[in-house]
This record gives sequence, C-alpha cells and structure tokens, in this order.
Amino acid sequence: MLRFLVSRLALIVPTFFGITVVAFLFPRLLRGDPVLLLAGERGVTPERYEQLVHQFGFDRPLVIQYLDYVWGLLGGDFGTSIATKNPVLYDFFSLFPATLELSFFAIAFAIIIGIPAGIIAAVRRGSLFDQAAMGVALVGYSMPIFWWGLLLVVVFSGMLGWTPIDGRINVRYFFDSVTGFMTIDALISGQRGAFSDAVRHLILPTIVLGTIPLAVIARQTRSAMLEVLGEDYVRTARAKGLPPRRVIGIHALRNALIPVVTTIGLQTGLLMGGAILTEHVFSWPGIGKWLLDSISSRDYPVVQGSLIIIALIVMLVNLLVDVLYGLINPGIRHRG
Amino acid sequence: MRKTVVLLAATAFATLISGGAFAQTLVYCSEGSPEGFDPGPFTAGTTFDATRPVYDRLVVFEPGTTDVGEGLGLAESWEISEDGLTYTFHLKPGVEFHSTNYFTPTRTLNADDVIFSFMRQSDQSSPWYQYTSGISWEYYNAMSMPDLVESIEKVDDLTVAFHLTRPEAPFLANMGMDFASIVSKEYADQLEAAGNMVQFNQLPIGTGPFQFVAYQPDATIRYGRFDGYWGTPAGVQSLIFSITVDASVRAQKLIAGECDIMAYPNPADIAMLEANANILLETQEGLNVGFLAYNTQQAPFDNAQVRTALNLAINKEAILEAVYQGFGQAAVNPIPPTMWSYNTAITDWEYNPTEARAMLEAAGVTNLTMNVWAMPVSRPYNPNARRMAELIQADFAAIGVTVNIVSYEWGEYLARSQEVDRDGAVLLGWNGDNGDPDNFLAVLLGCDAVGGANRAQWCNEEFDALVQQAKVVSNQDERAALYMQAQEIFHAEAPWAPIAHSLAVMPVRSNVQGYVMNPFAIHEFATVTVE
Amino acid sequence: MTDATAPVPDPMTPRGTSSWAARRKVLGEFWFTFRQNRGAVVGLVIFAILVLMAIFAPLIAPYSYEQQFRSNFLTPPAWEEGGVPQFLLGTDAVGRDMLSRLIYGAQYSLLIGVVVVSLSLLGGVLLGLIAGYFGGKTDVVIMRVMDVILSFPSIILALVLVAILGPGLVNAMIAIAIVLQPHFARLTRAAVKVEKAKDYVTSAKVAGAGHLRQIFVTILPNTFSPLIVQATLSFSTAVLEAAALGFLTVGAQPPTPEWGTMLADAREFMLSAWWVVTFPGLAILITVFAVNLVGDGLRDALDPRLKRS
Repeated sequence: MLRFLVSRLALIVPTFFGITVVAFLFPRLLRGDPVLLLAGERGVTPERYEQLVHQFGFDRPLVIQYLDYVWGLLGGDFGTSIATKNPVLYDFFSLFPATLELSFFAIAFAIIIGIPAGIIAAVRRGSLFDQAAMGVALVGYSMPIFWWGLLLVVVFSGMLGWTPIDGRINVRYFFDSVTGFMTIDALISGQRGAFSDAVRHLILPTIVLGTIPLAVIARQTRSAMLEVLGEDYVRTARAKGLPPRRVIGIHALRNALIPVVTTIGLQTGLLMGGAILTEHVFSWPGIGKWLLDSISSRDYPVVQGSLIIIALIVMLVNLLVDVLYGLINPGIRHRG
Repeated sequence: MRKTVVLLAATAFATLISGGAFAQTLVYCSEGSPEGFDPGPFTAGTTFDATRPVYDRLVVFEPGTTDVGEGLGLAESWEISEDGLTYTFHLKPGVEFHSTNYFTPTRTLNADDVIFSFMRQSDQSSPWYQYTSGISWEYYNAMSMPDLVESIEKVDDLTVAFHLTRPEAPFLANMGMDFASIVSKEYADQLEAAGNMVQFNQLPIGTGPFQFVAYQPDATIRYGRFDGYWGTPAGVQSLIFSITVDASVRAQKLIAGECDIMAYPNPADIAMLEANANILLETQEGLNVGFLAYNTQQAPFDNAQVRTALNLAINKEAILEAVYQGFGQAAVNPIPPTMWSYNTAITDWEYNPTEARAMLEAAGVTNLTMNVWAMPVSRPYNPNARRMAELIQADFAAIGVTVNIVSYEWGEYLARSQEVDRDGAVLLGWNGDNGDPDNFLAVLLGCDAVGGANRAQWCNEEFDALVQQAKVVSNQDERAALYMQAQEIFHAEAPWAPIAHSLAVMPVRSNVQGYVMNPFAIHEFATVTVE
Repeated sequence: MTDATAPVPDPMTPRGTSSWAARRKVLGEFWFTFRQNRGAVVGLVIFAILVLMAIFAPLIAPYSYEQQFRSNFLTPPAWEEGGVPQFLLGTDAVGRDMLSRLIYGAQYSLLIGVVVVSLSLLGGVLLGLIAGYFGGKTDVVIMRVMDVILSFPSIILALVLVAILGPGLVNAMIAIAIVLQPHFARLTRAAVKVEKAKDYVTSAKVAGAGHLRQIFVTILPNTFSPLIVQATLSFSTAVLEAAALGFLTVGAQPPTPEWGTMLADAREFMLSAWWVVTFPGLAILITVFAVNLVGDGLRDALDPRLKRS
C-alpha cells in the first residue's frame, strides 16, 4: 500500500510541475490585457500604460516572473487579484464552500438515485423498468446541462414558482458562517425557516449538476451488477437455493460496487467542469463562476491560481479513488 | 481575525433584525460584485453603488440632477478665487466616522482626512499609494488630477484649500465623483500600524448614512443604518445588496418579492414588470450616448459627405425597438438632451435610404465594403452591440454597402479601436462621469484624444478650439454658447452616427418609497423607506 | 486500407486468420449485433436525418438563416397565441426564422463533431503510437503532458484555450480537439504496449519490417475497435462542449446559427419568449442523444467484453 502511494505521489510531482507551467503561461497568452480593461472606454496614454505594466510587474522576464510565482506558491502565496486587490486565496476561501456544498449534494443525489436504479435495472434485465431507466439515463448522459438548468428555472421557478431562482438562501436570513455550508450554518443559527430555505435553494442546482453523474453511475452500476450476476459463484449460490435477495444483497452487490466506487470518484473529479456551467446558470457564488469571471476580466493571478487549485482538487480526488480502490479491493484484478 | 469580525457583526446584525421589523430591511438586487470597498482605485459603477452607502464626498449633486448643490456634502461651503486657481472648502463640524467592531474612531472628521483621501492617490512616497499590490488610481489620473492639483493645504482643522495649476471649470463637479470620497485617516493609520493595510479595501469606514456589516462575494453585501450620521438618518434599518448577475433572474426575484428594487432590467422583461400591480417603474434619461464612430482619417470616411450618407441610411427606429426594446431615444448630438448646453436647434439625420444612396454616388463611392465593429459586452448605452451591428449591416446593404461585422475580446476591442489606422467604424459609447459637457465633447472628440478615447480619430481645429475655450471660462452661460456652436460643427461633419441615449429604468416594488434616480446611473438608498 | 498480404489480424479476434472473406464475415457479424440493438438503430436513423438536414439545409429551410423580418421580432411559434403560420417555430429577437436557423445549425454541429474527432483522433493516435512504440523518455514526456491536460476539467481547459486563441468557431474546435486527444493517445499507447509484447510483432521485427511499417501495418489496425468507440464518444462530447462554449459566448459568434450560440443570445428572453431558449437546447440534446445511442451500439457490437453499461 505504502509503495503504491509513494509511486503515485512520484507521478504527481511532475504533473503538478506541468500544471504550474500551464497555469502560469496560459493567462499570459490570453489575448487582451488587464491594464486596458481597467481603463475602459476612456483608454490609456502610452506613458500611463508603461507605468501600470511596471506596477503589475508584467515587464520583468517571464522566467523571473515564473520563478517568483512558484516561490510564492510554495509559501502559500497565490498572488493578488487585479480586480479585487485581495489575495487570491482570500477570495478562494470565501467562495469555495459554496462549490463544495453544491458538489456534495449533487454527488449524493446521483448516488442515492443512481445505484438503486442501476441495481433494479440489472436484476430485472430487459424489463420495462430497465429499458425506461436506461433510456432516461442516456438522455441524462447526453444533456447540455446549461440548457437543462435554464429549462428547469423557466418551469419550476418562473411558471410554477416552486423553487427559488438563484442564490444559496433568502438574503433576509443572516447568520454567522461557521462551516461555510449554508445548510449546516442555517441549522446552527437556529433561525426558523432558514434550513428549509437553504435546502430549497439547493434543489435545482443539485439536479442540474447531478444529472450526468447520475446517468453514469446508474449505467455503470447496472453493467457491473450484470457482470457479477453472471459469474460462477453467484450462479452457484443461486443453485444452492439461497434466496435471491440474499444473493443479490450480499454476494453480488459487494463485488459490483467496487467498480462503481471508481466511477463515483471519477465523476467527482469531473464535477468541477459541470460546476462552472451550473454556477453560471444559477449565479451560484462558487469558484466556477470565479474562474469564468477572472478569464473575462483577464485577471491573471486569479486565472492561474484557480487553475492550479482546480487541477489540484481533481488530482487529489483521483488519488483518493486509487487509494480507496486499493483498500477495498486488494485481491481483485485491476480492470482497464 | 476576519472571521471574528464578521461573526461579531452578524450577532450585532441579528439583534437588529430580531428587535425591529422585517420591513425595516431594503433588499436591492444588484448586477454584480463590487471590485472592492475603497472607491479610489476602481472605475465600475457597480463598485460605486456599493461604496456610496458608506462614504460621503465634499460636494454632492442635487438629488436627481447634474447640478452641484451647496452644503449637501461634507463641505458646508466653498470659495473659488478670482483667478480660478484656488478652491477653499469649509468642512461641516462634528461629522462622525462609523464605529464598528473593527474600528472605533476617537475624533471627528477634519482636514487631515480630506488631505489623506486625495494625497494617497497622488503621493508616490506614501505607503498607501501601493497599499496592496497592483493598485492604481484610475479616476484620479483620468480626471488629470496629478497635473491639475499643485498642492492641498490645511488652512485650519476644518478648512482645506486646493491650489490648481490652471483654471478648470469642471473641477467642482469632479469633487462630487466617487474617487473623491472622504476616507478616515485614523483608520488608515491603525491598519498601517497593524500591518494589515489590505483590510482598508475589505472592511470600509466612512462617514456615510450606512455602515458596512458583511460581504459574501457574488452573493450579498449587508449594511446597517449609522445612527451617528450627520445628515438625515437613513430610511431603513438595514440595506442588503443581493448580487444577481442575470437580468431576467433579477426581474423574477423582484416579482417574487425577494428584492424590493432592482438594477438594469432586461429591456425584454420590462413589459412583464410593468404589468405587475406590485411594481412601479421609475425612469430617468440616462447620461450616456451610444454611437458608431467612423475612422475619419481613412478613405472614403475622411469625406463628410460619405459619413452623412451613411448616417442617413441607419434606421434608428428599428434599432430602438430591437436593441433597446423601446427604452431609449434616438441620439442627435453627442451629448444627451438632459445635459445643459444641449443644442435643440439641430435636427437628426432623417432615415432616407434613397437619398443616402444618391449622396454616396455623388461622392463617387460605389461598391463600398466596410467593417463595423461590434462590442462583445453589454453596456447601458448599448445593450447588445452585435444585434445593433446586424441591423446596421442590413440597413447598409440596402444602399449597396457591404458590411463585415468584426469583434474582439473586450480589452482588445478597446485597445484596437483606439488605433489611428484602424479599419472600419466602431460601435461604442460613453457614460457621463460628472455631468459636465466637457466630459463628453473634449474626452470623446477632442484633438488630444485622437489615438485614445476619440474613436473617430477626428481632429477638427474649430471644434477643438471651442471646447478648449469652454473649459477655462467659468461662466456657465458663456460655456453653454460655446458648446452649442461645437455641436453644430459636429453635425455638419458627422464624425459619428450617434445612435441612442438609453433610458434608465428602475423597477421598484410599490412598498418602497422615496427612491430618487440618479443621472450618473449610481444607485443610492439613503432616502428610501419601506412600508 | 492495408495491403492484403500483410498479416492483418482482424479486429474481433486479434490473432485470427486474415482474408477478405474473413473481414466481410466480421463486418457481417458486426452489423448483425448492431442491428439487434434497437436503440442503436433509432440513433442511427435520427443521425441520418440530421445529416440529410444539414446537407439539404438550403432546400429545406423556409428562409435564409440571416434574413431579418423587421415587423416580426420575437413572434411566437405558429400554434401559440400571436404566432403566424409563416414562422412555424417563431422568430428571434431580430426577426429571423427559428426553424431555418435550427436547420442550418445542424450543419455546424455535425461539422464540429467531424472536425474535432478527426483532429483529436489524428493527434492522439500519433502521440499514442510514438509513446507506446518507442517507450522510454519519449513515452514519459508525452504521457506526463497528457496527464497535465487531463488534470483540468475539459471545459475549463477549452475555455482558457479559446481565450488564448480568440473566440470563434474554428478556435473552439481546435481547443476542444486538444482537450480530447489525450483519451486517444492513452488508448493507442495501451493497445500498442499490449500488441508489442505479442509474437506477431516480434516475428515481424525478425522478418525485418521497419518501424513505420510495424506501426501502421501491424499495430494500428488492432487498436481499431476501442478507437472507434472513443471516437463516437468524442463526437458527442465535442458537440456538447462546442455548444457550452457558444453558450459562454466564446464559441461560434453570432449571427452564426450554432445552437449553443443561439442559446446564449436568447438567454435574456428566458422568461418572456420561451421558444428562443427551448428549441436550440432541444436540438443539441437530440443530436447528442442520437450519437450516444449509436455509440452504445457500436461498443456492444465491436467489443463484446465491454458489454452494455
């Protein structure tokens, strides 16, 4: 296990190095210029431009800028946002909990519906339920989620008025941010109605962000179940006359869930991409929206900081999946 | 550190809410996050909306107008010397700064605060000039303050004199702009001593009607009424900005009662809002202009006849309907009609494709192909430049002119459109900063601005002389006469096709009273009450 | 594709005999399995309709995609109150016929799919072959670069790449191709590694076949089935991501009738004119769904080991 961990970490180091290079270089290749954006319609004189470029340190050699940046990173300094003038990490930590909460709910939603649906579909292979569920799953898998979000808002918030349109909680509620999770903070605050209001705000974004993971998990669960159900020991167990519920519950499920766990992990890693679109549609105050805004305002320090952080999150989640896989499944062969 | 501050703030705020009525809260659906809470380094209206509740300025405009009102701001009165070079401001006595859980003032406002508020933006040796990395004082520079202000003198504790290098008629109006907000020197000194200067931009302290409570980026800003305010106390106990980027969503939240007042509705949603019995629409003619600027240094657009012909070919009515959805008026002059010195004698180029075609032929121009630049972003003066460009493309096609629509990323667009040898006509516009005609005519059409904000690259000596002269004359009637003459030259030369002045619309729920719209498109809530 | 005398193992059974007859038999088997899958056939039919729509757009569409009807801004669909039969699915904000724009839009989505898949397939396979065949440092460098690309969620990387290249359809396609190619590279490399260890490659080497010949004649055909499945997957991903970029206003630029771009343009009418928001999204969904149906069918037919999932 330890050797496995070490070898994985050894792979991560050069990848991380590559990520910092990409994250550093890409913003500087962006067309457009933060200095000019600051000046707006008024424009800026060449002298003033030089002065500003110098102030931001953009006139130093790239290599120096890069080394300086990496040195800062090692000390936990991600630079200062051009737009807000705040340290990048300061802005990150005030936005990240929103993304984390939404992702958590989305994955939970996908698992809670996806796994049972996949199991039932596999057990009743070929049934109407199986066909319907897999049809729906494929629709979900094909969904342009940005449009899906708009559609849900139009119907459930606009026409029916059942759900709030955006945000994390009605702004009239105000309480201390203890965990950053609005639902938990609402509970802690003890204010009447706050918790249910926070939950209501989560419904549509959760569905939208959870749609694709749900589809993938349901499909994967079904296929893993089918494979296990076809294997010898299950058939033997069945032949021995064990009740089907027991066969499925104990023998098949445990083995079938192993690849599903991997899928869940991979989907969690992919969630950041979906989060950008979901946060854009629902004005969810998280880091996806932060990255989008920073790209359009050419806020280099934020673009590079958020790219690195997002890549780090993805890498860590993937590492976690590998470790988890190794832990629950030391015996079984590693499948492609 | 910060966490405790917010925590305490929240507790204080919660008691406020539980003690008072829910109705004592005003929720404003704003269009975006502020860049920060120090008005000095920023340029966006969204930021100024968020700093206005907290700060005051020396000079304040009469509510709803562009006229400077004496005694409305922190300066009780002022004198201007004969030569126009010295402005002396007398401060109101006993003006208190906010007392919050992150700062407790020991003294009231004095001349040191005023001097600090400006000198931090110009004195490069001050640690505050670069108090967080990459900070710059855009408006201070844009209003030429570094060249204009020779020195700021503390005459006594409550008297400050600004010595200028040249007479400048718009100076007083500049003092009413947000970059001229008065900050607390005592607070700054404390933060400097604590080595936490960046907090100046995160947790603001001012003398305004509201004090800052908490900010959650991209979500909410909270303010509480400042009970020690020197002027009329704010109408509501607490003020909340609910940051909602999408305009349709803002409208929906207003209808649902999640907010009481909203900024920048989608033109497309206005009819729906108007139909709602609980919502009233306040309107104000915007201090802005959207235009199509030809490159007057490039053939055939160096010929005024060609430019006039193209102006005749643009169907402004269709643009007003499709782009502004009726919430705008056709622009005739480069300045909006609400501004003093607007020349009402000039009539617009009347839409006439036949005459336009004939005029082009007379100028010897056939088979013309041109670029029209469309901005990639939505601005109040032009909510959808691409759509406008598509309409103009069809209009010009009708007189035999082929249009290619070009666009760039916004920063690049701004930069490239400045270039003197730029190819094509540019869609752009302007929001007024201080209500002075100089802020439009000199900034956008003056010879100095060629290669800069003068996107028409148009340098007309006669026009420029008039505008320069108007800047140093201090009598407003004399100035107005000069500006009117300048507008006639503009009309004859047609360096732009002025397209429209948008109408600012502010949907407000009917339980909200006392909201006064502001021509600078800054949103202020001190006078508002909620039933 | 390959010359018949070369030892070409067929894609179903890597070490089977090889002859035209056998190939035809394999194709027949493939078609038989594929046809069994009702969903896949439905997908294929929808896809065929889309292709026909794209090809014959100028004939089918009632109007040009950019013709503006100045007296018909935001006309509702024909069956709605206020709709006119002239515009079956209504008009957009500058009075262009929605139906015509949707039909022309099929051209763009299919073009995006084809171009992106070709680019990423070509790039990915080449890199994968090089990495897998030569191994050593080349392999390490190439695969680490692929890891870096895969560390970013694809839409984010595509977004940044488009911001670098400048907004527009062509640049969006390039960006998406770059983001998708590591999947092909990984697949190819893995397959090459497996194949390289097998006897027939060794024997080909003994027989004196050159590097290139070995790669293209001996190894490549064996990686065919996973690649084709991946290509279908990438096709749908490409359509989705291009639409997402259009929606974020950095993909195809208006007045191009690309569906995602149309959505972005229509978003402000979300609450006042549902048809301008609903139809483009539906078109994207149907296209991607059809391709995915076909993809599932292909996977089942080409690679029985992967089963249906």
